Amino acid sequence: MAYFDYAATSPMHDDVIDAWTHAVHLRGNASATHRDGQKSRLMWEEGRDKIAASIGALPFDVTVTGSGTEAINLAIKGLFWGRNGTPASREIGAPLPRPRILTTEAEHHAALDAIHWLVEAEGAIVDFVRVDDTGTIDLGDLAAKLGDDVALVTTLWTNNEVGTIQPVSEIVALAEKANVPVHLDAVATLGYTPIDFAQSGLAGLSVSAHKIGGPVGVGALAMSRSWPVVPLIHGGSQQRLRSGSLDAAGVFAAGVAAERATADIAANAARLSALRDRLVTGIRATIPTAVLRGHHSNRTPGNAHVTIPGLDSVSALFLLDEAGHAASAGSACQAGVQSPSHVLRAMGVADSEGPLRFTLGLENSEAEIDALLEVLPTIVARATH
Amino acid sequence: MKILAAMSGGVDSAVATARAVDAGHDVTGVHLALSRMPGLFRSGSRGCCTVEDSLDARRAAGLLGIPFYVWDFSAQFTEAVVDDFIAEYAAGRTPNPCMRCNERIKFAALLDKAIDLGFDAVVTGHYANVTTAADGTPELHRASAWAKDQSYVLGVLTTDQLRHSMFPLGDTPSKTLVREEAERRGLSVANKPDSHDICFIPEGDTRDWLAERIPMESGDIVDTDGKVLGHHDGAQAYTVGQRKGLGIGVPSADGRPRFVLEVKSATNEVVVGMKEDLDIAEIAGERFSWAGNDPVISGITVVTDDGFDEFACEVQIRAHADPVPAIAISRGGEIVVTPNEPLNGVATGQTAVIYVGTRVLGQFTIDRTVSATALVN
Repeated sequence: MAYFDYAATSPMHDDVIDAWTHAVHLRGNASATHRDGQKSRLMWEEGRDKIAASIGALPFDVTVTGSGTEAINLAIKGLFWGRNGTPASREIGAPLPRPRILTTEAEHHAALDAIHWLVEAEGAIVDFVRVDDTGTIDLGDLAAKLGDDVALVTTLWTNNEVGTIQPVSEIVALAEKANVPVHLDAVATLGYTPIDFAQSGLAGLSVSAHKIGGPVGVGALAMSRSWPVVPLIHGGSQQRLRSGSLDAAGVFAAGVAAERATADIAANAARLSALRDRLVTGIRATIPTAVLRGHHSNRTPGNAHVTIPGLDSVSALFLLDEAGHAASAGSACQAGVQSPSHVLRAMGVADSEGPLRFTLGLENSEAEIDALLEVLPTIVARATH
Repeated sequence: MKILAAMSGGVDSAVATARAVDAGHDVTGVHLALSRMPGLFRSGSRGCCTVEDSLDARRAAGLLGIPFYVWDFSAQFTEAVVDDFIAEYAAGRTPNPCMRCNERIKFAALLDKAIDLGFDAVVTGHYANVTTAADGTPELHRASAWAKDQSYVLGVLTTDQLRHSMFPLGDTPSKTLVREEAERRGLSVANKPDSHDICFIPEGDTRDWLAERIPMESGDIVDTDGKVLGHHDGAQAYTVGQRKGLGIGVPSADGRPRFVLEVKSATNEVVVGMKEDLDIAEIAGERFSWAGNDPVISGITVVTDDGFDEFACEVQIRAHADPVPAIAISRGGEIVVTPNEPLNGVATGQTAVIYVGTRVLGQFTIDRTVSATALVN
């Protein structure tokens, strides 16, 4: 079975599993004052240090969460409340000072649905900045939409479906001029593109451990101290922006994964790009109707996302799975039901184009790519109507 | 064989799938998503279209160690079943959406896709049996235990569909045994309640649901002579045989209750009459199909004086109605069935399934009926 779905989740390296099993044997609560607690605390701190180092942030600015989704929710809702004041802090009936949220229609559901909730529950106004047919944000449109009434800008650094990398420094520069905080969802960026949060000018940046060979259940939000953020989860105040017992084993293991993933980004990216190019070239040679989606150069190394006219993705994925190749259609599932991709729609791609997303990792080999290319044309032909 | 198991998330399909696995088949589970916006939880007696149901199915497949997928048939289901249901009611007929789903989705769209993807057959948790006739043609039969028999809703299957259908629960005498087997196998759905409502009507209130989808106009409630007895707010909200909620002020001649005899959508009239007026002496329809060999090939027909094929059979007009002995005749593209005793409460749009003994011969949609009292008069 060959695995081409690293963007969904990535396998844990033995080092990471060893780190987790080592730390999970500890019995102390990391917030307890006794020595057992201290040992757990040390594990947690060491893990968070490594996560922070992997994104160029100060450890204390990193809030460890239960998922990337939680980190994104904390950033978007926390910043929105921080910018507008909580409902109780405003006069009854007073309009929100900064109701607008700028984002794109090509975001992950973690952001889109959090924003949607703010629109429904808090009176936020969402203003979608255009993306072009590669999924790249339209900077002119962003500049035009920025203003005093904007609470925040949030977008994906790397698009999780089509792999397009956004012009981050340009986005930050524009927002800085308008004095608006920017949050980036960097879940698909960590380990593939160097991140230097402290130097970036960003207000917030979210990552997730299981996308880089860490355990599921550990996310992180780096948050600049310049912007007030209201927490989502209240309780024992274990962290500045989040309550809940500290997961020493998970965070320790996530730290090892983050360290591994960022130790040699340039060499890893080169290797992944070569594998990806081998796959894309092979697809183009054998399936002439396939179109590579996303940006051709500003794209994350391991992502090969193609659409094929008339392809029934569900059938193609079934046949691929049966032939021993795990891939995806890229878009979100609800209870396993594939919906037409909102990302592709935002890029102007018709629903009749069936998507296939192959996301590669360092464990993939050229032989696996070749074996995939061997069966793919027949499978695509069988699944195209 | 390579088998695709249609797993609703209920206990029957889970056990049917398990038996197909035990029989040594190469089984893949699939849950049909029939709505793009499925409800999150089961509510009441609905039991096949929620996220919770799909997770139950996934868990059963996981326990059985077979691959599992959710396939989206919501567009086809909406068009072939839901829209058809609304259109039939709007036309004053009473459709059976479960049969339509079997006919157009489970044993058509799903089966076609399964065959396309290299499967030999689809397995479901229906209680019915498929056997093979002497010439190799498949035959559909009632389940061994008639109390659970579901052959009526499978009456729409064609010979070719039967060739690719498997019903492993067909000879299990009771549902209790299926539940016990599920329990023994460790299936979490062993005690899940049965579903018996229409799956796409969330509140289970068909009349309200239809009222939101069919433009209703008030009109007259009339007797069989056309005399106006009262008024209604929309003829389509009435079904043949209905007694309650007619709101007629004028009592009948002998004080006995009246029943809906017919819903006339063309004139927006609801025709009411006495219980005996519901008795139907003849039903007929042009939309028919044979499950396996047709009556002529089956060798059960005699040729009538005027040259048509006639045969003795039993006719069943609802899933849980008793079969009634009858004579069927194939006449000019129409099947005409004359029951030995009158049928009660037949509505056009219903499906009549024709049996000979335990065998399902075929079915037709009832296009027209002849009242027993009309014949007497």
